[in-house]
Amino acid sequence: MKARVYVTLKPSVFDPQGSVVAGALQSLGYADVKDVRQGKFFEVELADADPATAKQRVTEMADKLLANPVIESYRVEVLQ
Amino acid sequence: MKFAVVVFPGSNSDYDAFYAASRVVGEQAELVWHKDADLKGADAVILPGGFAHGDYLRTGAIARFSPIMGAVTAFADRGGPVLGICNGFQVLLEAGLLPGAMVRNDRIKFVSQLVPVRVEQTDTPFTAACAPQQVLQLPIAHGEGNYYAPPGVLDDIEANRQVVFRYTSPAGEPGADWNPNGSLNNIAGICNRRRNVVGLMPHPERAAELPLGSVDGRVVLASVVKALAAVSR
Repeated sequence: MKARVYVTLKPSVFDPQGSVVAGALQSLGYADVKDVRQGKFFEVELADADPATAKQRVTEMADKLLANPVIESYRVEVLQ
Repeated sequence: MKFAVVVFPGSNSDYDAFYAASRVVGEQAELVWHKDADLKGADAVILPGGFAHGDYLRTGAIARFSPIMGAVTAFADRGGPVLGICNGFQVLLEAGLLPGAMVRNDRIKFVSQLVPVRVEQTDTPFTAACAPQQVLQLPIAHGEGNYYAPPGVLDDIEANRQVVFRYTSPAGEPGADWNPNGSLNNIAGICNRRRNVVGLMPHPERAAELPLGSVDGRVVLASVVKALAAVSR
């Protein structure tokens, strides 16, 4: 069973990397780019479990390690 | 007194801190491997600069799980003086021994330069020998020293006088021009509420002898010698 975790900086936290990427895209001619927020993506492979348990386990992992809750938020998806 | 300097895989200022503590300040010092479980009877602990565990995931995020961190946390809980320098500061933040977090420098630049830093509090073990509002010339070298704390936490830190070092002009005036990384409130270093755990981005151990451009960092390590002597008296 696989789960995906998306980690992003909270909206209140300035994202210097994202803003540089936005600037680079604008330099490439993508004038319609208004903002970019950069984040992290994790694919976690788990021993088989029911989806609800898997989601709970991976959410715990995101909270304890994959994300720093002071500056980041996360979203967990369990793949069937 | 005796300093323990923790060595993580990827630490690169460990020997600088060891040298400053032992050869410059003239106290005992011992390097302690991150897999060790005890602090070898040290009276003060330094988490040095570098890139512990490659800074994988986030700066300090993996280092906080190193076996020695159990002993460091227990030592801090007993009131023992702990100093986190640069990456060591980031480890203390990830370990929850200090409040807040680090994000990338606001201009994406790795900054490596000598900067003025004002001492805001002299009632911590690492500033006890400083004059109030003393401005120290200290080197910084980091890509991720942009201090962040959520608004409520930031207010608490200020109200509890936990900001120990602030980036300022050489005359001690804070301002955006003197903030090298975007840190909120020009914060260069903080302490915990109990005031025994201090973290700062600048490197006092790299400013301990004149050939290095500044001797202002000596006072940070000398402070803990003074603070511990005052306690044992």
